[in-house]
Amino acid sequence: MAIDPQPEAVTAEGPGADFPSAPAGVSAEGHGPWYLAFKRFTRNRVAVAFLGLFILIVVFVLAAPLWADHVAHTGPNKTHTLEKLHVGDEVREVVTPEGRPIGPQWFEADGKFFLGADSRLGRDEMVRLMYGGRTSLLVGIGSALITTAMAILLGLLSGYFRGWVDTVIARTLDVLWSLPVFLVGLALGVALAVGGLKIGPLEIAGGSLWIPVIVISVFTVPYIARPIRGEVLALSEKEFVEAAIAQGAGPLRVMFSEILPNLASTVIVFFTLTIANNMLFEAGLSFLGAGVQPPNSSWGTMISIGEELLTTQPLLAIIPGVMILLTVLSLNIVGDGLRDALDPRSKIRLEAHAGMVEPKGSSV
Amino acid sequence: MSPSAPILAVRDLRVGFATEGGLVQAVDGVNFELRPGEVLAIVGESGSGKSVTAQTIIGLTRSSNARIEGSVELDGEELIDASDATMRQLRGERIGMVFQDPMTSFNPVYRIGSQIVEAIRAHRGDVGKDEARARVVELFDSVGIPNAERRVDDYPHEFSGGMRQRAMIAMALALEPEVLIADEPTTALDVTIQAQILALLGELNRKRDLATILITHDLGVVAEVADRVLVMYAGKVVEKGTLDEIFYDPQHPYTWGLLGSLTRLDRPRPKRLPQISGSPPSLLALPDGCAFRPRCPHEFAKCTELPDLRERITDAPGHCDRCWLDPEEKRAKRQVEGQIGLEAPA
Amino acid sequence: MGRFVVRRLFGMVAVLFAVSVIVFMIFNVIPNSNPAQALAGKNATPTLVKSIEEEWGFDNSLPEQYVTMMKKVFTGELTSYKPRIPVDEQIFERIPATLSLSIGAGIIWLFFGLLLGYLSALRAGGWLDRLLTGVAVAGISIPVFLIAPVLIYFLTYKVEIFPNAQYVPLTEDPWEWLTHLILPWFTLAILSIGFYSRVLRSNMLDVMNEDYVRTARAKGLSERKVMTRHVLRNSLIPIITLFGLDFGATIAGTAIITEVLYSLDGVGSYAAEAATKFELPPIMGVTLYGAFFVVFINALVDIVYAYLDPRVRLGETASA
Repeated sequence: MAIDPQPEAVTAEGPGADFPSAPAGVSAEGHGPWYLAFKRFTRNRVAVAFLGLFILIVVFVLAAPLWADHVAHTGPNKTHTLEKLHVGDEVREVVTPEGRPIGPQWFEADGKFFLGADSRLGRDEMVRLMYGGRTSLLVGIGSALITTAMAILLGLLSGYFRGWVDTVIARTLDVLWSLPVFLVGLALGVALAVGGLKIGPLEIAGGSLWIPVIVISVFTVPYIARPIRGEVLALSEKEFVEAAIAQGAGPLRVMFSEILPNLASTVIVFFTLTIANNMLFEAGLSFLGAGVQPPNSSWGTMISIGEELLTTQPLLAIIPGVMILLTVLSLNIVGDGLRDALDPRSKIRLEAHAGMVEPKGSSV
Repeated sequence: MSPSAPILAVRDLRVGFATEGGLVQAVDGVNFELRPGEVLAIVGESGSGKSVTAQTIIGLTRSSNARIEGSVELDGEELIDASDATMRQLRGERIGMVFQDPMTSFNPVYRIGSQIVEAIRAHRGDVGKDEARARVVELFDSVGIPNAERRVDDYPHEFSGGMRQRAMIAMALALEPEVLIADEPTTALDVTIQAQILALLGELNRKRDLATILITHDLGVVAEVADRVLVMYAGKVVEKGTLDEIFYDPQHPYTWGLLGSLTRLDRPRPKRLPQISGSPPSLLALPDGCAFRPRCPHEFAKCTELPDLRERITDAPGHCDRCWLDPEEKRAKRQVEGQIGLEAPA
Repeated sequence: MGRFVVRRLFGMVAVLFAVSVIVFMIFNVIPNSNPAQALAGKNATPTLVKSIEEEWGFDNSLPEQYVTMMKKVFTGELTSYKPRIPVDEQIFERIPATLSLSIGAGIIWLFFGLLLGYLSALRAGGWLDRLLTGVAVAGISIPVFLIAPVLIYFLTYKVEIFPNAQYVPLTEDPWEWLTHLILPWFTLAILSIGFYSRVLRSNMLDVMNEDYVRTARAKGLSERKVMTRHVLRNSLIPIITLFGLDFGATIAGTAIITEVLYSLDGVGSYAAEAATKFELPPIMGVTLYGAFFVVFINALVDIVYAYLDPRVRLGETASA
């Protein structure tokens, strides 16, 4: 059994705490919980659509070199300050002598400067958008992976061993939790961008992408570790864990092969939502200059560059913002959809969508 | 038993819930009458529909996905189609309810006393706060809560489980209702506390001429206080009769199973603790005929046809059951190791 | 209750100490560079670096360095070096703008968030509920640096409805103060309105399943009383904590970006300016003061929480 369907939680919707739940009846017919969750997810058309959107975005940023080499014929950091663009008989300056970058050309110049130039440096905005998206997604996913791994480890140790281990970990998480994470992240980002980082033999230069990844993952750990710890605390009192211990399973086996599989649904949901959250974190840091450092760019740094030209070229700030919105939105909706699919209580909400019942219990 | 008029009459009550998997018929045709001073026990496993029956009586199962049919009459007044406002006035005022888990049945953020005061003032707007509080102190005394004067101002978490259940009973009785429904009132409690709570319920029932419905899965609890017993299985009543009839001449194999799994201290210890094999069926996929058939060692061809609930033995009017077996056959088959029980399947 | 407050305040002091150590580590220990060089800023002269090294005692042991840093912070000696400006002076000068922005936004998001959450919980599954579900998910996904440019471009540049931000002190001109803050307030609040409505809705739906709500119905309370006295009251308790955390996080987080976008001269934009110039002392000061403020708010919130939930007061853990 991979997820514990908690029949009480299901029947809590109905008035009787004692009539059997529908999922119990359905799963009795032989479908595993993962199959049911998959079916429930695919039935959620909004979530499936946004999953498609997210995949499109990933494809879009992966295609960056193709567009750069074959359409725009330039790189993300290549400046074209003094160049001129030949559109038909017309000659357009990439950057005017007053320092105003060219606006979107769409396909007029065969795809060059599709979205115009980014600033007085005359870099191709479209190419930067695609490469910047790579950075944003890379930092978001990378930091979410690290965050989740650390959170699982801390949550398992804390919830399983309890005692002083739990006290130390829980207090540390409390301190992190009560920190103004963005501000401290900003401070750490700036301090590291100036000096780089050295942990033992590992040395990371100030401009490395690892800096924002590490800063973001450390400060978002409590958001996942806390719920996981709570769940481990509850799970370790369940009979199957006691049974495993009674059979002589050691702590490692209990933690990783008994408890961890039961955390799968929580971890999957939180991982998805954490990518979204971390991408916003990265964009914020980068917007303030404390995240991704030049020559790398991300959507956050592009907004901060574009914002200076808001009145003349509003799209320069708005388009990367829209990209962040679409990515984060699709991840949040997919995450919500996964939670609904993996949490049996969501059955009630599905029915609500079908107009059958007035839901009395549902997740966020 | 005095042949007074029934205060509560439930006729052909059916309650179904629309769920993702289809319509769950939680209660399927329940009939009973309840007279003042009488204790009716409804017995069954989880999912048998006993709690849904009780909550439907006071209208707590009403929701857009519930299908409720049949009739519930309180002193001649139909409740099934009564307005929500009418039901609200009945609750607490004429029908008191005690729930299973006293730990979670009080709101943790309010003092216990004030939650009972709230119940009183919801129905008696003219009763002042001080007056209501004095009434709560009296009630606490009557249900055996020591230091009542001080304890009314305690929060729920400062009460022990047994004391909380006493407070719950005090709340149910605050407005002197005619009917008390106790839904598994002792399940969440320690055995010694269980006995005290049952004694209290029995005493209140006699003193106040209360009509009581006691819902439980534990026949041991039933033996202590009930006058009549209704055994439910998968939404249907499978047997009903007086306490003595159910305990000494049970007709339905499911009842034998329940009796057999009682630990009796007055009998020799069985070789192994008897139990009913298998688990209750899903209400979404009931077998044809008798719902107990898959778990019954005495199943035969006729069982694929649903037996009706009727008197099947002579000399015992009102003792009804839903089993095709011949009464004499039953008396032989229910003897397992010298006492009543359900033999293990072959 | 008194004992709880004392215990909580002790906890606060411990967290403050931890925070100051973390900040100390961030600036003086973790970075792989000469901290004096970093503090001096980019392109600093060797003499300046030398004097900073002596001033901060970077040759001393770490605990001594920590004491030096804390002394500087508390005596107002923390200065940015190019040009020499005391950090605390700058911070105190800019606090009114930051507080005007955050408190106003906090009131707006709490009011609309709770109102909409309550309404959608009452009609769960209805059109308002579904609309709010969408708005909430969109809300937590919209970065302020998208809302603000769009609002500024359309509402102050294209159609001049609102003045181009900047902060006008309340004492100077209350009307201007208000009109200049409306856009920033909503920029900051929109994110949370949807989120809070969802949290309250979900709390309420959970609480509606609690046994004590069934009890409240069983004793014959009116539906309105069941909803307000039992469901809403119990659902609001976790929101208090959430609001405390979020309010602190907002002041020290998204408010910084909002201040920058609307050119409000607040504490956040001070830190942001310093960040772009890689000036560390202002960031150190803002981080410490900001952290102190946030930790203080959290302690305050816990005390309010304990007042509202009697289980916490007696040292029991509250059920989430």
